[in-house]
Amino acid sequence: MKTVCLYFQVHQPFRFRRYRFFDIGNDHYYFDDYTNESILNKIAANCYLPANKLLLKLITQHKGTFKVALSITGVAMEQFKLYAPEVLDSFRALAATGQVEFLAETYAHSLVALKDEDAFRQQVAMHSDMVEEFFGQKPLVFRNTELIYSDHIGDMVARMGFKAMLTEGAKHILGWKSPNFLYCNAINPRLKVLLKNYKLSDDIAFRFGDKGWHEWPLTSTKFARWLNDLDKKEEVVNLFMDYETFGEHQKKESGIFEFLEYLPKEILKHKSLKFGTPSEVASRLQVVAPVNVPNPVSWADEERDLTAWLGNEMQQEAFDKLYAQLPKMNRCADSKLLKDWNYLQCSDHFYYMCTKFFSDGDVHAYFNPYETPYEAFINYMNVLSDFAIRLNAAVPFSSEEKEIANLSGILEERDLKIKKLEEEVQKLRSRKRTTAAKRTVKKEGVVSKTKEKSQKGSAKMKSKK
Amino acid sequence: MRVLMFGWEFPPHISGGLGTACFGLTRGLSYISDLQVLFVVPKAFGDEEQQGISLIGANQVPVRHRKLNLKHFSRKLDYIEVGSRMMPYTDPDEYFRIQKSKKEKGAFEFVQTDDAGQIPFTGTYGANLLQEIHDYALVANVIAQDYSFDLIHAHDWLTYPAGIAAKEATGKPLVIHVHATDFDRSGGSVNPVVFDIEKRGMEAADKIIAVSNLTRRTIIEKYGIDAEKVVTVYNAVEPLEKKDKPAFQKGTNEKVVTFLGRITMQKGPEYFVEAAHRVLQKNRNVRFVMAGSGDMMHNMVRRAAQLKIMDKFHFTGFLRGEEVFSMLAMSDLYVMPSVSEPFGISPLEAMQSNVPVLISHQSGVAEILTYAIKTNFWDVDAMADAIYGVLHYPALSEMFVKYGKKEVDSLKWEKSALDVKVVYDTVLKGFH
Repeated sequence: MKTVCLYFQVHQPFRFRRYRFFDIGNDHYYFDDYTNESILNKIAANCYLPANKLLLKLITQHKGTFKVALSITGVAMEQFKLYAPEVLDSFRALAATGQVEFLAETYAHSLVALKDEDAFRQQVAMHSDMVEEFFGQKPLVFRNTELIYSDHIGDMVARMGFKAMLTEGAKHILGWKSPNFLYCNAINPRLKVLLKNYKLSDDIAFRFGDKGWHEWPLTSTKFARWLNDLDKKEEVVNLFMDYETFGEHQKKESGIFEFLEYLPKEILKHKSLKFGTPSEVASRLQVVAPVNVPNPVSWADEERDLTAWLGNEMQQEAFDKLYAQLPKMNRCADSKLLKDWNYLQCSDHFYYMCTKFFSDGDVHAYFNPYETPYEAFINYMNVLSDFAIRLNAAVPFSSEEKEIANLSGILEERDLKIKKLEEEVQKLRSRKRTTAAKRTVKKEGVVSKTKEKSQKGSAKMKSKK
Repeated sequence: MRVLMFGWEFPPHISGGLGTACFGLTRGLSYISDLQVLFVVPKAFGDEEQQGISLIGANQVPVRHRKLNLKHFSRKLDYIEVGSRMMPYTDPDEYFRIQKSKKEKGAFEFVQTDDAGQIPFTGTYGANLLQEIHDYALVANVIAQDYSFDLIHAHDWLTYPAGIAAKEATGKPLVIHVHATDFDRSGGSVNPVVFDIEKRGMEAADKIIAVSNLTRRTIIEKYGIDAEKVVTVYNAVEPLEKKDKPAFQKGTNEKVVTFLGRITMQKGPEYFVEAAHRVLQKNRNVRFVMAGSGDMMHNMVRRAAQLKIMDKFHFTGFLRGEEVFSMLAMSDLYVMPSVSEPFGISPLEAMQSNVPVLISHQSGVAEILTYAIKTNFWDVDAMADAIYGVLHYPALSEMFVKYGKKEVDSLKWEKSALDVKVVYDTVLKGFH
């Protein structure tokens, strides 16, 4: 028996407007409302609404045998609230069926897991709360931004109490092993790891509409047969992809909705196949081995690593300068700043700065508001500069300043003490001298000894300085 | 006295200092009573300022029925290939568009005329620049036959062939005005085609006007021209019009240090970035701005990112009129670290706006300014020192602003025009 685990990612960033140097310190609004609204409405019409409708129909049709998992970022949710509340309602309707599992992730679709554990924990908690509030279920399974995963990140996630995590079944971490089993984290074996079958997932997500592909056209029957033809011992097939695959990356005309419509029926025709959500997979299947991922992997580009976001010096600089604000952010309670802080962290901003044009240019150009990565970088840094100015004003004392104030206070105290002691030494010395002068004739030896002592004493005092 | 003047740009269509200087000089000349200027540009848009000069667009001159008497030149200029680096000054946006589209011109060369027998000109610097210079020279020959004048004055290498053509057609004396040489633009690795045009222009000229002693030396040493023939006449600056408040106000209480110009090798942008890095290690309470665009901009962005100063270092892209004014108004120091700047009017404009300036010794304007800080372009430590000093010791900056303003106000185009008139007189005296 093989479980087919479908999971779709829903995310849209708040794109920045052209934020110029002249705006720094003058204008604190960073977003291109028109672009954001029009893009969101377009995707809602092409993808979210029709796809949700179809999923709802399939779930009721198949009465408990068809299940999917969804993950919706906090920023995407905010955009639905602002621009397309009907999309939110249709997701709620899906949640009400009980056949849709909602996963946890970072609220802002950020890369914070690579930087700071506390902030990571906070953002995940923020997202889990949001899922619970809107969909009435507490997420049990975690997926990190862009499926970024490493042993260390898995360990952090395990300590947050999640029982499973999703990531990419990248060739370079699996080697000869198959992604079609359940694995566990190498540091913390209690965390189950579900690995994406990238071959089969990408057949749908990237190659479905490609007429140059030798398997084109891909039908549900054919795809179900491929699943059935997999090795009998294999236990799970993880098909993870962007939700926008349906109707946006693959246009309606390509037949992607028909493919999805008949997929459950065709899959369930085979006795050896059934659907399951990630948490079902994690609790029902046996772990076959730990998976070792010392360096972070992701589901992006040919390399399946972090170079799409942190590959060049501009991205590194933007990333470092962003999280340099973290200590101050921790002491900030201003709601507007907290909101912008979330939007600033969106991984998309870093994605736009990517300079690897040659292999995956098409994907990078998708909904990219910038002409060049340089423009993206300059714009981002301008926004960040303004944000930093606002933050400095809101959190008046930097930690450095506080520390300096503290230390200089201590120094002053010491100086006073030393002065006092020196005076005392002086006094003692002069007194000794007068008494010694009286005794010089009789007891010269003793006098010189006491003198030495007092000198030693004053030297000690000085060294305290 | 009538002067036939060949230029390439005229306000408001300006992509570099050349247009500004042409305009200032012709305006200055218009104050001299017995002097008339006939200014020829490759393309007249119709909205240029026309005060005391008459403007002829070369594309308004029919050439179909003319005999083109240009034996030496047509042959020598016939076919020349131009790579992108050769472009003398480039309107940066135009440059990138050309680079992107990479339109290759065919190897055939014939003068294309439109229906009215006019040669179309684009008037901007582009890939087919040499073709345009050549066409311009052909038309110059025609114009020279149609109008009467006593003397020809040609600005920069783009118009030298036109000047020579006019001289050939009429036998009138030629003055060429050197605003820059290819040694300045290329940083030493001269384009032989451009060099050849420049050298022949200089040789054909009866007198050469250089914008600074720096340029005069280059002309004498690199082009082998007789020192007697070369005269220095410094540029000046248009008096500042009284303007309203700038459109943008400074949004921070930090100091702002500005680089404003094309981001190309000639302007030394990399030294500005390095100096900024050094200053920022001492003082984080300052922002650096690199305003402009150019072929080195992306490299500069990367370098600034590498140095990890991008939170305090900003790129504005190409700025237009009002924005330039705003940018200067919010600056506390203007830096021009040019590697080789024949003159450099922009620091004068900064001084007019009460901004102290830091310029490199390798700029012509350094020869006439006293109240400006000068360092070598390569000496980033000295530059960083100076920047730090101006920002931290208000007395220094106050002094530069106060006396700098006086100094710059005394640099008038009327004065430069009189110097040019002296050149005209000596040429005409020798000619008769």
